[in-house]
Amino acid sequence: MTQWLPRPVREAASRFRDRTDRHQSLTIIAVIAVVAVILPQVALLPGISAFGTQNDFVGGFADAGVYVLMAIGLNVVVGLAGLLDLGYAAFFAIGAYTYAFGASDFSGIHVPFWIMLPIGASVAFVFGVLLGAPTLRLRGDYLAIVTLGFGEIVPVVFLNSDTYTHGTNGITALAQPSLYGLFGIAGFGFTNPWPYWGTILMLIAIALVLLYRVQDSRIGRAWVALREDELAAASMGINTVTTKLLAFAIGASTAGLAGVFFASKLSLVNPDLFGFTVSFTALSMVVLGGMGNMWGVAIGAFIIYELQTQGLKQLNNFIETLGLPSFTLGPLHVDLSQLNFLNYQYLLYGLALVGMMLLRPEGLFPSRRRRRELHDVVDPEAAALAEEAGET
Amino acid sequence: MTSTASAAPSAATRLDLGRWTGPLAVLVALALAYGVIALDAGDEAQTQFTNALTIGAVYALIALGYTMVYGIIELINFAHGDVFMCGSFVSWWLLTYLGFTGAVTDPVVLVGALVLTFVVSMVVMGVVGVVIERLAYRRLRNAPRLAPLITAIGVSFILQNIVFVTISNSIITTPQLIPSTIVRFGPLHINQINLFVIVLALLLMAGLQLFVNRTRLGRAMRSTAIDREAAQLMGVDINTTIALTFFIGSALAGAAGVVQGLYFGVTVFNLGFQDGLKAFTAAVLGGIGNITGAALGGFVIGFIETIAAVYGYGRWSGAAVFVALVLVLVFRPTGILGQQLADRA
Repeated sequence: MTQWLPRPVREAASRFRDRTDRHQSLTIIAVIAVVAVILPQVALLPGISAFGTQNDFVGGFADAGVYVLMAIGLNVVVGLAGLLDLGYAAFFAIGAYTYAFGASDFSGIHVPFWIMLPIGASVAFVFGVLLGAPTLRLRGDYLAIVTLGFGEIVPVVFLNSDTYTHGTNGITALAQPSLYGLFGIAGFGFTNPWPYWGTILMLIAIALVLLYRVQDSRIGRAWVALREDELAAASMGINTVTTKLLAFAIGASTAGLAGVFFASKLSLVNPDLFGFTVSFTALSMVVLGGMGNMWGVAIGAFIIYELQTQGLKQLNNFIETLGLPSFTLGPLHVDLSQLNFLNYQYLLYGLALVGMMLLRPEGLFPSRRRRRELHDVVDPEAAALAEEAGET
Repeated sequence: MTSTASAAPSAATRLDLGRWTGPLAVLVALALAYGVIALDAGDEAQTQFTNALTIGAVYALIALGYTMVYGIIELINFAHGDVFMCGSFVSWWLLTYLGFTGAVTDPVVLVGALVLTFVVSMVVMGVVGVVIERLAYRRLRNAPRLAPLITAIGVSFILQNIVFVTISNSIITTPQLIPSTIVRFGPLHINQINLFVIVLALLLMAGLQLFVNRTRLGRAMRSTAIDREAAQLMGVDINTTIALTFFIGSALAGAAGVVQGLYFGVTVFNLGFQDGLKAFTAAVLGGIGNITGAALGGFVIGFIETIAAVYGYGRWSGAAVFVALVLVLVFRPTGILGQQLADRA
């Protein structure tokens, strides 16, 4: 793979990889810390700073972090356990509404944000179990359709139960998090995105550390075994239903966590925020990032989010400045200068999903194991290892 | 895909009514449904009852495509609902292009326009279905199960958004060709558009049933559904057979799309999402892979929705259908008529 590098460099790289593999949690925390400092600086770079203030960018990064968190959670369900969850936004919505009920004037209850985080995750976990228990007994396809239905119904329930949710207007003026003056950090607010940036990175770091540990544990191996051959896994003594249920519910609780953060940052919830497009976006992030590879998925989610919010918007502005002509083609009137690329967002996702599955099913940043599984070819490294093992 | 109504096991099997079990059960169910509607709808009962049958017919036509594709390649074709939506747009485009805006009174023009619309929409959507199968599913036939499911959801979004960006991002009205006239048979009355839709759907279903059970190609489809490799060894051209299944299923969805335009008079780019979900529920309800079951399930969903609406819970009809789906999966995953094992690995 990196044969062109000089030998000492390769050895150093391999020693470095050994060390990061051994101290995974520390590595995660270190990487996140670096990201926390570096990314906001990127917003100040000459070409980029023209698009917005640093604060705008940091706020956008925090929003991207919500999707990163969701993608990491969905990756457990889709990437590791191989279950297709098409209603992921439902758990996101459940987390967000839990926060809205627990910390707003609407309900009159004011539980601190930091306590609502585990509560929101737990509520989503419970719903994950409730939904998964009946459906995970059946073959995987049914889960896809049931989650699709669940994702469709949850916003409808929030929409129709006006008395409890204010229907389409949603619940507004949710409490924003507070650190009670600790650490001398300025308060969370619409104009000050920095504490949110720190908080979401902390949540991502916690999720990554925990999920990496689960992934490398007996449970994580059971997920992968189930994904690759359910019958074989079952005959090895894995309880297929509880193992799948755990993956599904852990995924759900991660979305719940993201939902609590999302609601607190936006300070409002309404049913329109949790449509199928959210589930679809998260799924695209997981597939494009590389199913099964947590870092790949996290990076993929961040890039996609920034592309869709910043990239397409800037592309629109750019096209407008070009002053392209408009023309009429039969009944179609085309005005090239008014092309709105934001409209093409989901068309692009759809094309990307199909293209990825056909051409590069392992994603842009594949996990090694997943690539082998999906491509069904012999990995040269694995072949070399097997040869060595045979020789000794 | 194996199916005959009379062979269906049901609760009444123990009474041993032989081949009349199925039809009798359906009649009893219809009478019950009418009773439930009449309890609240009163004088409106007949209208609501025929509405339920009409909506059910649309769901049944869509559900057939889901069940056929699932029966033959065991794939939930998420894009199928969107094929239905595209069918409604094809008929809208054609009728608008021909200059129709509303009801047509001249019977010759009406029949001509209807035949033309149905043929064009069914053929176009059939071809679209075949193209989808060729481009997005065929290469993944032996890939891990997740892969074709993901492309299916991707294709669904592609279809939706092609319509979204090229035609309209909001609800558009379609010409309702058939005049809304009440036809009376003694004490019974029915709007002729409802009658048309129900009769058309039943004819299409009967035609499909005959095709699958009585023709050589239908036999090829059934054998491919049971065991693809064995069928291949017996000389069945698997790729053609699967393409044919997609063609027929999508053509039926195209017909349902035309009906959507004629009966409801509106269509929208994301129509296929919810209706597709309901139609899939219908397929599961009837027993996925089972053609008669899908038709039956479609009508059941039609009644669930109508009853919910009659009792003032119209906003919750989607939730009611979803609850029905989960209940069926929990208590009878093989569906009403299902003979296939739902948890076959």
